[in-house]
Amino acid sequence: MITLNSALIVTAILFSLSLIGLVLNRHNLIVLLMCVELMLLAVNTNFIIFSHFLNDLAGQVFVFFILAVAAAEAAIGLAILILIFRKQKTINVSELNTLKG
Amino acid sequence: MTLLQFIFYVFSALMLLSAVGTIISRNPVHGALFLVVCFVASAGIWLMLQAEFLGLVLVLVYVGAVMTLFLFVVMMLNLDKLPSRAGFKKYWPFGILILLLLVGLMIYVVAPSHLSLASNAIAIPHPADYSNVQALGAVIYTQYVYAFEIAAVILLVAIIAAISLAFHAFHQDTKRQNISKQVQTTAAERLRLVKNMGKE
Repeated sequence: MITLNSALIVTAILFSLSLIGLVLNRHNLIVLLMCVELMLLAVNTNFIIFSHFLNDLAGQVFVFFILAVAAAEAAIGLAILILIFRKQKTINVSELNTLKG
Repeated sequence: MTLLQFIFYVFSALMLLSAVGTIISRNPVHGALFLVVCFVASAGIWLMLQAEFLGLVLVLVYVGAVMTLFLFVVMMLNLDKLPSRAGFKKYWPFGILILLLLVGLMIYVVAPSHLSLASNAIAIPHPADYSNVQALGAVIYTQYVYAFEIAAVILLVAIIAAISLAFHAFHQDTKRQNISKQVQTTAAERLRLVKNMGKE
């Protein structure tokens, strides 16, 4: 059977990978969104692992709601990305400096 | 190594390798396709952890809807020049260093001795007639029913927001309903009686 330790290590590697991807690909807005999805996947998998090993369904309920919110986030994020591309003709994050923030 | 462990490690390796592919792929379409593989592999892991309903939902919602949306957007944008990857080539060794540090830290922190669980803890498998969908539904529709309704409202808001954000302004040739004209119509405008010339 799967041991708790090995499952947690796999999700830790996945989370770190997506964090590094977020930093390394910081110019491309689409890849940034995809890396956020990967992060959410790692966190969800952790919830499911603990739900499995502690025999508690609350973890799976949390994952259910995180999935719903993540789908909404992806839809709105991509709509904003389309708007940015339509106005600025670019998705390069370093060129999006209209606000001078 | 038992067969289950072998399957788990195969799914894990597939998940991690496709995550690497998502990060390093130059073309966003390839990245999105690698992400699909990653989701399918982790759906396999979720099935092995006896979260059958969520494993199926992950494939249906993520692979079926969210990643399709990503692919649609990537193809719609018509990116002739992608953002430069100068930073990537320069900083990836540091990225790997930070990755190793971070993973080492997390492995230390999530050690099961810190979680008051044995490191080789093995869950008691559910009996063969256990239904994950039934158990989850029994909780969601009673204990978490308000959260469930809020999630539904969030999805509705997301639909309205996505449509109203991405909707183009009306063009001259946009086909649209004229509701007042529809309401004021009479039967004579809609129905035309044609005399049957063939018989009689």
